[in-house]
Amino acid sequence: MILVDTLAQGLLLGGLYALFAAGLSLVFGIMRLVNLAHGDLIILGAYLILTITSATGLHPFVAVFLAAPAMFALGWLLQTHLLNRVLGTDILPPLLVTFGLSVVIQNALLEGFTADSQKLTAGPIEAQAMHIGPVTLGVMPVLTFASAVAVIFVLNQIFYRTALGRAFRATSDDAVTAQLMGIRPQRVFAMATGLALVVATIAALYLGTRANFDPSIGPARLLYAFEAVIIGGLGSLWGTLAGGIVIGVAQAVGASINPEWQILSGHIAFVIVLLLRPRGLFPRAND
Amino acid sequence: MTALLEITGLTAHYGDFQALFGVDLTLEVGRTVAIIGANGAGKTTLMRAITGVAKVTAGSVLLAGEDVTRAAAPDILMRGIAMVPEGRRLFPSLTVEENLLIGAHARSGNGYWTLEKVQRLFPILKERARSPGTALSGGQQQMVAIGRALMSNPRVLLCDELSLGLAPVVIKEIYAAFPQIKESGTSIIVVEQDIGQALRVADHVHCMMEGRITLSGRPADLSREAIHDAYFGVSHA
Repeated sequence: MILVDTLAQGLLLGGLYALFAAGLSLVFGIMRLVNLAHGDLIILGAYLILTITSATGLHPFVAVFLAAPAMFALGWLLQTHLLNRVLGTDILPPLLVTFGLSVVIQNALLEGFTADSQKLTAGPIEAQAMHIGPVTLGVMPVLTFASAVAVIFVLNQIFYRTALGRAFRATSDDAVTAQLMGIRPQRVFAMATGLALVVATIAALYLGTRANFDPSIGPARLLYAFEAVIIGGLGSLWGTLAGGIVIGVAQAVGASINPEWQILSGHIAFVIVLLLRPRGLFPRAND
Repeated sequence: MTALLEITGLTAHYGDFQALFGVDLTLEVGRTVAIIGANGAGKTTLMRAITGVAKVTAGSVLLAGEDVTRAAAPDILMRGIAMVPEGRRLFPSLTVEENLLIGAHARSGNGYWTLEKVQRLFPILKERARSPGTALSGGQQQMVAIGRALMSNPRVLLCDELSLGLAPVVIKEIYAAFPQIKESGTSIIVVEQDIGQALRVADHVHCMMEGRITLSGRPADLSREAIHDAYFGVSHA
């Protein structure tokens, strides 16, 4: 029974990691860009929600609807004014620029909000639980997981059912030929980064309501996100959800053996998957 | 006849190498022009320069009197020049139908060509609509590439090496679609290494060598010897 409970908690935790990772996966799938500032952008999103809630008194779940469009705009501007300039055949410049961006965001947050831990308060819902058979599940973790599934479902629909998604895939396949179709790759990329930051804002909502955050914790979130993307297979969105679940379950199982092993177990699971399936669980056929 | 596309003194580079030396070319409304020449004659660079993919260093391209020289590739497509690129270059992540639909990404809406009409032109594209574009045979892929370009309802259709690597019977099948494309009001430039095919389909033929047009004329007016000499660079001077 304890095992079932552990697995359930791990599964739900995986939802949070999948939310961290979905934006990263989307951007990587379209423009082969690893955004090293992704974790810090999630933290930035959390501070944005915090600012809105303290200024207006809105509930974080409402404030996220104001934060998301702002983050979309930020992503659009970031891509058009910064990242598009360094994208090319050489993969090093975008890595360096996003690494620099990560440092800039951390220090700007430190200046603006100090190093004190913050938390988004969601009210009584934080402590509520539901009983399903033998397991007791927190409402917040269940919501997190449901949001992760919803986000990945919606991203997949966009990817495979809309004209925008066609443009995403065509540009990712062959940017030069895509231009012959009237597609402007730089705009497509801006759209993708904008969407990725909307997802990052949703991740920020759950990150901030479930635990404390401060300006320095972005890189660790990036690490979990990155591991989830790699485990799932680069460019596969459902794979990213699976990757998040693998890390979540590994951490929960590790923690149930010894609380000190929680983080380590996640990383070990990552290494094991890499050893057995170097291209991840669900690699894309044409990569 | 009004000139739909007027190219004057076009000079362009392929990397550091100058591939075009002052090319002049005119395409009139409703006509088909063929450009023939051996490998490396500059035919593909000419197509890439017209569509904004290759960098133009001198000269001009006018589309219906409007200067489109050095415009970005997506803008040139929007103005009405579509290309069937050499090697077809279908998008592997897209199905056959999606490859067609993406052709109308920027210029959807009004015009003769719709998904249905393209699928009627090449019925196999309807049968294989859900297959990945790159799972088709070479000839079928070429049909997708042509259909994809038509979906933008272009005023000018550029076809780069349609027959490359295809069996004669397949080439014939592809060129059988040309009368209907012309009827739809689209003017065409074909780049061909297959001289016989070029002469059959074109109203006007230009032969290129080393980045220059060395011979021009109507197919009926050009002798086999003159074409042969221009193609292989034999001089009688």
